[in-house]
Amino acid sequence: MTTRDFDAQVREIASQYPDSRSAVLPALRIAQERHDGWLPPEAFVEVADALELTPAYCQAVASFYDMYHLAPTGKHSVEVCTNLSCALAKAQDVVEAFESELGVKVGETTEDGEITFRAVECLNACGYAPVVAVDHRYRHPVHPEDVPAIVEELRAGS
Amino acid sequence: MPARSMLLAGVEEHDLTTVEGYRAVGGYEALPKARAMTSDDLIAELQAANLRGRGGAGFPMGRKASLIDRKSGRPTYLVVNADESEPGAFKDREVVAKAPQRLIEGCLISAHAIESRHVFIYIRGEYLTEYEILQAAVDEARAAGLFDPVEITVHRGAGAYICGEETALLDSLEGRRGQPRPRPPFPPVQGLYGEPTQINNVCTIASVPEIIAMGAAEWAKIGAESSPGTAIFSISGNVVQPGNYELELGTPMRELIYDWAGGIPDGRELKGVIPGGSSVPILTPDQIDVSLDYDSIGALGSFFGSASLIVVDDRCCMVQLALRAAKFYMHESCGKCTPCREGTRWQVQLLEKIEAGEATHADLDLLSSVGSRILGKSLCALGDFAVYPVQSYMRNYPDEFRAHVDQGGCPFHGQSSIEGIVAPSDLHVHAAVEAHA
Repeated sequence: MTTRDFDAQVREIASQYPDSRSAVLPALRIAQERHDGWLPPEAFVEVADALELTPAYCQAVASFYDMYHLAPTGKHSVEVCTNLSCALAKAQDVVEAFESELGVKVGETTEDGEITFRAVECLNACGYAPVVAVDHRYRHPVHPEDVPAIVEELRAGS
Repeated sequence: MPARSMLLAGVEEHDLTTVEGYRAVGGYEALPKARAMTSDDLIAELQAANLRGRGGAGFPMGRKASLIDRKSGRPTYLVVNADESEPGAFKDREVVAKAPQRLIEGCLISAHAIESRHVFIYIRGEYLTEYEILQAAVDEARAAGLFDPVEITVHRGAGAYICGEETALLDSLEGRRGQPRPRPPFPPVQGLYGEPTQINNVCTIASVPEIIAMGAAEWAKIGAESSPGTAIFSISGNVVQPGNYELELGTPMRELIYDWAGGIPDGRELKGVIPGGSSVPILTPDQIDVSLDYDSIGALGSFFGSASLIVVDDRCCMVQLALRAAKFYMHESCGKCTPCREGTRWQVQLLEKIEAGEATHADLDLLSSVGSRILGKSLCALGDFAVYPVQSYMRNYPDEFRAHVDQGGCPFHGQSSIEGIVAPSDLHVHAAVEAHA
């Protein structure tokens, strides 16, 4: 996607709102996809230019929300919910199974840059706990014995 | 009480993500009926139904609509809150994924009531699959010519619990950091883009087509007298069959836990029930012979909330549970109000000290005192939500908190069911400590 295409796409989204500022969240999401899953400084300039805002404003908005990443991330993401219902369903065992399978701790990316592993707050699928979002798609329930296959699937797909 | 399907009626037999599938169960028949009514008559009908907001506060939906200024000539907006983030809740997700056309018909009818031309559905960013289903359903309904003169825009959040709070949601929808606004002015007077705005939960809006289809007088006979209709009860935690159960309001809590959800697994004992999502005060086993409705649960000092029950059995350490809940609210505090921003951190620090066996009885008193300094002292309810779990666990399980102090450690000796559970906020806290070191 060229910068011109990005501008056009963001302006098209902005036209759906009475105030174009409302397009900041969708624009940041698209910018993040263009920049390998995170928002480098130039991404804020692009979003700001498309919406006639300042880069600082766009960064201030992005830093508020958990789904925008301000540092490089892996190609894939694995996110284990550890809130109350998942905790009661032994989510910690799932966390430890991923740590052991991936060789990283919570919040880290594998050395090859492939997979970022996170603990996240409630994904709201509590009745099917433990819940794991793999590349933002929910899997549930995920038990420690399911973990090697998930990791293998991600490594095979990349 | 038997199960009663209204919000999820037909989802097993038909594909309610499509207009055709929804029409097969009588869908989109209420819309022309509603559009033939004046907005005054439609609002009167909604008020007669006494549909109470399913997002948690229980404010009557029809009364909310009546507060919208429709005479000023300014645009009015309907905003549907699909930012489902309360730990324990997963009902909106099911409606969006399985019956989005019912939600869309509810949007169109509710928009007619307040003479709005633009509806926004704010769906949490993590609900990616659900967003795709909803967006496809909206596009299909628009193409089928059902919208005119209304437009529906689906807006994705980006990961922030606070955006489920209605004024924070408005700021987020306007392209800002999602932080609550002072009230007054309330959204019906000055909401989205400063214009009169009605904000309702997914299940509230999805209840509307059936009210119009059967008539408010008949609909109001379903459920509890003070809280008519059905709710999708999300039940999770230590039960044999967790999941969503759509039941009439007024169903006994014991029936939901033991008959529908199969009771407590592994022959364990019930220890407590968090009845409305993690933010509400916990109930003890002697309190579960209560009717599941707003007023009955309110009379016990807790809240019906988002109809989301988290069941806890005797394997769980309540200090650990309080600490995990407290870490969540600390992580999600938006930072705008000092009592909430700072108080949620104090709670976590004190609970960590108690769990580690390093606290004194004075620390328990201090924890109580911190709670009372947060409660009611912030712009929105998040601060209160951070306090209710901690204070209610301390109140209902005082011996367990004291035992941590007296024994100099956790009385579960590493065997609690949630032992060692990590939280996303652990990383920030530890990173900050290392940065200082």
